[in-house]
Amino acid sequence: MTHVLDLLTIVGVSAGCFFFVAGTVGLLRFPDALTRMHALTKADNLGLGLIVLGLLPQAAGLGYALKLVAIWLLAQVSAAIASQLIAGAVLRQRSALWP
Amino acid sequence: MALAFDTGLALLVLVLAAWTIWVQDTFSAVLAFVVLGLLVALIWVRLQSVDVALTEAAIGSGVTGALLLTAAAFLRPTERAVAPLGAAWCTAAGSLSAIITVGLGAIALLLPDPAPTLAPLAVASLPQSGLGNPVTGVLFVYRALDTLLEKVVLVLALVGVWSLAADHVWGGIPALRPATRPDSTLTFLAQLLPPVGLMLGIYMCWTGADHPGGAFQGGALLTAMWLLVMLAGVRAAPATGLLSLRLLLIVGPTIFLVIGLAGFALAGAFLAYPAGYAKALIIVAEAALTLSIGVTLGLLAVGPAERARNS
Repeated sequence: MTHVLDLLTIVGVSAGCFFFVAGTVGLLRFPDALTRMHALTKADNLGLGLIVLGLLPQAAGLGYALKLVAIWLLAQVSAAIASQLIAGAVLRQRSALWP
Repeated sequence: MALAFDTGLALLVLVLAAWTIWVQDTFSAVLAFVVLGLLVALIWVRLQSVDVALTEAAIGSGVTGALLLTAAAFLRPTERAVAPLGAAWCTAAGSLSAIITVGLGAIALLLPDPAPTLAPLAVASLPQSGLGNPVTGVLFVYRALDTLLEKVVLVLALVGVWSLAADHVWGGIPALRPATRPDSTLTFLAQLLPPVGLMLGIYMCWTGADHPGGAFQGGALLTAMWLLVMLAGVRAAPATGLLSLRLLLIVGPTIFLVIGLAGFALAGAFLAYPAGYAKALIIVAEAALTLSIGVTLGLLAVGPAERARNS
């Protein structure tokens, strides 16, 4: 049973790391702020989500597992709202440059 | 594997520190400094000093970052006009920094092995206080006077910031204005997050007796929530002259001081706790300090009064 749980962890965390790498590559290679943010959200939401999912089998109890999920949810909320704010700022700047 | 991670982390911190100095734009430098603080917090976690890591992330990176960002925003209009320092000044500042760096490095490397430590002694006497977290033990039992003075200094720093206000607006409303329009997503966050953040802040203070956490970390969380609410325009910044606000500022240090003075009568020394009541008294002091720290840090970030109360 522990082997199955360990395997779940390895798969989950590896998949999460893959999305983080992909998100970072996108951040470095994409041409402007909006597309870069699009790349980052993949790392923030999916990458962190998969890592948390992978770590859940290793949690020492229900309390720890709930804390991990809470971290993911809080990161989701803050990432979603921060990117909304940045996108809004980008759009305002654009409309100021090209009215 | 762990060594590779630590080496990478250390290199990243050094590169980021260099970048903080090199980058010309103040705003970018502040952002780099905030990220640097978070990485340094990771290093403290690796050194198993979770208390220090929490403080570094909350105070060193979070609150200081907010203060520096505000300062950078104020400086932005005039930044281009400031003439760069002369070569002599740069050399002098660089040399002084280099001497301090080399000195600190030498001290760290020349420590005898094993380094002198009071840690075993501190842990051995800890059960007498009823606390489980040795860091809280040091802060509130062994070095309580330092902690008391630290909180008083924080209030003095706020007095320093407030004194930048013009005479006719003394006690008035700080300059902070909502960063967005009232219907933005930030408003949503400012309505959604504070209950969670406040609960975390209280938990952080409460758990500090036995686990990593404490008044400063909890207070910083309260500050973050309050700043969020003010920046989103859900609630306006309060007038600095409000009596209730001033009472909140001093309630923590005052209760701590009263407990300290009561030590003369009950335990025979300043800041000594009567046997059996140490933990209860420390938690009372910590709860009051958390509130005061939260309010003080928040007011430091919103700055001095800018317009009169009745305008």
